[in-house]
Amino acid sequence: MSTLSLDHVSRWFGNVVAVNDITMTIGPGVTGLLGPNGAGKSTLINMMGGFLAPSTGTVTLDGQPVWRNEEIYRHIGIVPEREAMYDFLTGREFVLANAELHGLGAKEAQRALATVEMEYAQDRRIATYSKGMRQRVKMASALVHDPSLLLLDEPFNGMDPRQRMQLMDLLRRMGDEGRTVLFSSHILEEVEQLARHIEVVVAGRHAASGDFRRIRRLMTDRPHRYLVRSSDDRALAAALIADPSTSGIEVDHAEGALRIQAVDFARFTALLPRVARDQGIRLLTVSPSDESLESVFSYLVAA
Amino acid sequence: MYDPTVARLTYRALLGRRRALILGALPLLLLVISVAVRALAGADDQTTADVLGGLALATMVPIIGVIAGTGAIGPEIDDGSVVYLLSKPVKRPTIIFTKLIVAIAVTMVFSAVPTLIAGLVLNGNGQQIAVAYTVAALVASIAYAAVFLLLGTVSRHAVVFGLVYALVWEALFGSLVPGARTLSVQQWSLAVAHKVSDGQLVTSDVGLPTATVLLAAVTVLATWYAGQRLRSLTLAGEE
Repeated sequence: MSTLSLDHVSRWFGNVVAVNDITMTIGPGVTGLLGPNGAGKSTLINMMGGFLAPSTGTVTLDGQPVWRNEEIYRHIGIVPEREAMYDFLTGREFVLANAELHGLGAKEAQRALATVEMEYAQDRRIATYSKGMRQRVKMASALVHDPSLLLLDEPFNGMDPRQRMQLMDLLRRMGDEGRTVLFSSHILEEVEQLARHIEVVVAGRHAASGDFRRIRRLMTDRPHRYLVRSSDDRALAAALIADPSTSGIEVDHAEGALRIQAVDFARFTALLPRVARDQGIRLLTVSPSDESLESVFSYLVAA
Repeated sequence: MYDPTVARLTYRALLGRRRALILGALPLLLLVISVAVRALAGADDQTTADVLGGLALATMVPIIGVIAGTGAIGPEIDDGSVVYLLSKPVKRPTIIFTKLIVAIAVTMVFSAVPTLIAGLVLNGNGQQIAVAYTVAALVASIAYAAVFLLLGTVSRHAVVFGLVYALVWEALFGSLVPGARTLSVQQWSLAVAHKVSDGQLVTSDVGLPTATVLLAAVTVLATWYAGQRLRSLTLAGEE
């Protein structure tokens, strides 16, 4: 059982702040590190893995510093995002080399290859592997010494749905075994399927932390904005504002559309088509205007 | 201090198909030229010294040193695969020392061995010229491998800087500007070679004691600093 602790960690590059005063504790089980692209997730994971020194603050694993401490890697397994991995070796040679660097041997390498179900392709050169196969061999190399902490940077990027399911099963198993598993992702659904506990990072800041369902509720309960065009905007606006699911409507003359703010997402999405039908109004455009992940995240930051 | 797994990975990366071709091309060129010179001009000590000094030691050895020294670590740092070495309980100086041994071995095999063969072809080791230049190539291999390995940990453009040093400093300035010769691996190795040769055809601008001290100092300092660089190596993320 391992606990990774970040204490007031910041990291800047020149005058760009990539990570801003983050304090978090990652315990056993699967934790998702969620945030839009460029939020500082990779910078954070690099600091957690000891590949980047924090500008201020400390990163420790069970009280031991991670930076400039080679011995810590007896307890950490790392699956980097980058693709490069000694393509001239076969999968077996690669995992064996990783085992040897830990002072282990062929037995452990074989066990790790079996865990990720890559024995069937272990004698092919890595250069011939698909993205999903590479990811699994990377996993095997990270698992070969049976680490208590597993760090994965965007592990599902570029994987097909079946490979994704397999990897998720594997990570779930690792978490159930009591390992501390942390993976980063910018895709909400991925995190939702795998992690109960999440840490949200937006623009280098720690935006939210805790149970996924609570945070998800925050995300869906936030006011949603829609842009709607119809055959009779004013009649539609009058009918919608009478319902409590709508908190504000603006008639945008320049756009020739309504800007609607809904506070009850589920109720509003059922109400809109019904009102339109009852009033004999044709809906021409219905588009959510703030559904990007960034806006969801920035809402969380403000909440 | 020496890790066989790191060594194996480094050898296989260095002797991969494309790099092996480049490493093999220069020695082959030297041998072809030697055979041609011998066939056209016959055995001549001065010519032998000119070919081995001008082509082998001044050009081929440093270029092979650049390819082997920077190639032993630069590409891994560039593409990020070095993370698989760094995420292990292996001391950073051990990684550097092992890579240095591999780079030295590869540089010696691809530069000293062809130098000896070329010397034997040119004048059958008259006046010990072939052996003297081979010793120079062996000695220079150590220093070049250390310097260029360090360069590989410092700069993403290690090969370019290395080639500029090898060709501009060693080959051009080294033969034109007297002052530059004191700070030239080539001259230091020639000082050692001078001791080995019989005649006055192998000479150096640097005395043997100075050369020995400088060779040792550069090798040790470069290796130590490369280890320090690796300890603080920062892997930039994709973002």
